[in-house]
Amino acid sequence: MRVALFATCLTDTLFPTTAIAATRLLERLGCRVEFPLDQTCCGQMHLNTGYRAEAAQLAERYAAIFAGYDAVVAPSGSCAGMVREFHPELVTTSPPRNAAARNTYELSEFLVDVLGVTDVGAYFPHRVTYHPTCHSLRMIGVGDRPLRLLSAVRGLDLIDLPEAETCCGFGGTFAVKNAEVSTAMLADKMRCVAETRAEVLTAGDNSCLMHIGGGLSRMRVGVRPVHLAEILASTEEEPWPAPA
Amino acid sequence: MAGTGVTWLGTPTFPKAARAALGDTQLRRNLRKATHTIRDKRAAAVAELADWERLRAAGAAIKDSALANLDVHLERLEAAVTARGGVVHWARDADEANAIVLRLVRAAGADEVVKVKSMATAEIGLNEALLAGGVRPVETDLAELIVQLGRDRPSHILVPAIHRNRAEIREIFRREMPSASPGLTDDPRELADAARHHLRLKFLSARVAVSGANFAVADTGSVVVVESEGNGRMCLTLPETLITVMGIEKVVPSWRDLEVLLQLLPRSSTAERMNPYTSVWTGVTPGDGPRHFHLVLLDNGRTDALADEVGRQALRCIRCSACLNSCPVYERTGGQAYGSVYPGPIGAILTPQLLGDLSDPQQASLPYASSLCGACFEVCPVRIDIPRVLVHLRSKVVAAKSGASPEAAAMAALGWIMRDPRRFEAAQRAGSLARLLARQGRISRLPWPGSRWTSARDVPAPPRESFRAWWRRTRG
Repeated sequence: MRVALFATCLTDTLFPTTAIAATRLLERLGCRVEFPLDQTCCGQMHLNTGYRAEAAQLAERYAAIFAGYDAVVAPSGSCAGMVREFHPELVTTSPPRNAAARNTYELSEFLVDVLGVTDVGAYFPHRVTYHPTCHSLRMIGVGDRPLRLLSAVRGLDLIDLPEAETCCGFGGTFAVKNAEVSTAMLADKMRCVAETRAEVLTAGDNSCLMHIGGGLSRMRVGVRPVHLAEILASTEEEPWPAPA
Repeated sequence: MAGTGVTWLGTPTFPKAARAALGDTQLRRNLRKATHTIRDKRAAAVAELADWERLRAAGAAIKDSALANLDVHLERLEAAVTARGGVVHWARDADEANAIVLRLVRAAGADEVVKVKSMATAEIGLNEALLAGGVRPVETDLAELIVQLGRDRPSHILVPAIHRNRAEIREIFRREMPSASPGLTDDPRELADAARHHLRLKFLSARVAVSGANFAVADTGSVVVVESEGNGRMCLTLPETLITVMGIEKVVPSWRDLEVLLQLLPRSSTAERMNPYTSVWTGVTPGDGPRHFHLVLLDNGRTDALADEVGRQALRCIRCSACLNSCPVYERTGGQAYGSVYPGPIGAILTPQLLGDLSDPQQASLPYASSLCGACFEVCPVRIDIPRVLVHLRSKVVAAKSGASPEAAAMAALGWIMRDPRRFEAAQRAGSLARLLARQGRISRLPWPGSRWTSARDVPAPPRESFRAWWRRTRG
């Protein structure tokens, strides 16, 4: 299977370890992973802020770059959601219009639905709580796939997050346009995370993890944000954090 | 034609109003308790029905089909109401509707009207218009009464006094209700009794009642009001004259459609299997109920909204307020921050569409009053994809902007960078230098506009090497 990794602009730039982990994980599971270097951004920030024309140009690029793959895997529910939900209406020139959008998967979806695995052979001996990000939950409907993957990780102590399905307050430019409301939402999310006494907070989106993690580090709450891909990539032979 | 009314004059933009609301800790406590309670109850009420998702789809289809042939259904409704002895009036906007109602009240020789809770009359500012015309409107729904007596503004579609707790309500009643005992406590039963005594006198003396409508059936000309307290039934049956102000999107073709909508509405709004009172009337009936019935059909921006292919789904709304109760933004700011009689997620898409002026800063701020988390869409009984409409309206806000703004410049620059992988990589390398600002792997202060982020959250220090640089080094 010819799999393209869509790293997403945020992860490519700020969280390379997540994309490295996703690559190693997919290769360990037998995929041939490619990273088309022309890729940049899915256009979500532009679209969600109201800049539709710029978003459409980025969607066109995405459709052209990822057209020839069996699957495109993104370590982000939000970006995968953008591609699947909005690209079909934004892309008008690249035929076939929906091929890349249709073949785009969020990581946990790809693992469970396409590769058919829930035990990926990972080892992660830590107390972990999982935040289901809004777009992974409500836009693309990953359901309990991430939890099933986490439950199969050896050594991992999975702790329920109270009020898990409530938004953390990130919302892209919402976090700066409505910074006070965003911060109030973040405060409640952090309280719930701290209550779990977990060592690690995980999620399928680095954007939300950056938001919650940024708050936790400011408040000196000793919970580390770690992307789901990094937990699933971690093994006894190569434990997280993996050397670059 | 654009609507009028809807928002309160002089309301600041959402971020500004929200900031003030967030500072009110009592308000936040009241809201959190109220929204969480009703949210949990709704979830339980909905879980009882195995076919809930199919009901939602049916509700959306019924409303869409009614809206697709709105002109036909409205004329059928008019003919049926007229045939049964009612009088139908058409109002283009708030001013026209208010003038019609005031004229009818005067013709009936009344200087006081009793009111059934109604979003349409709140939208057009009817109470203010009546007062200016020398007519006293009396709200008879308990929560509306609390808002009216407190000279307050509503903060919720269903529970307009949701921002008030029992102690605050007791103070309002003691101060404003002549019949209230000075020893009144904040016991819910005592509060309800005080309101009941106050209102009973009004019901028995009123000659005119004003209501809204939840639905109207075109086939028969029947109008439907659902409520919980019985005050509506009093208003709809006791006075001689009944005036109903109804948004034109409330019409459905047939009774069969109500079968679906009357299941969706109570479970979504009050978390009840069925609301306690469902009143249906058809024109006038000699010897029973009002002798005069007037139906005012209100446009007020609705036909403009209907013309927008994405935005028109907002007109499916049956005013249940489940989206408010589930919204994490609403939960923290309350309804008044939206500056409109329609607060919360539905208000954020309805208000700007009714008023139709996205160059107005307050209206333009509403589509951004959301993190796009999608909790509203998940609970909407008629499947209004509120996040999608919000995103759509945001693009209209940007299109309505005149001249350059720092945001537009930043977005254009980012777009230019993202359209070319070489420029993107150069920007990554330049951005990576920001790690020099970092201490212990994090950046705690950035200049504006980054300061809007770092006011409450750190930024991780950028890595030395981006992923694409790693890929090229190890795989290239």
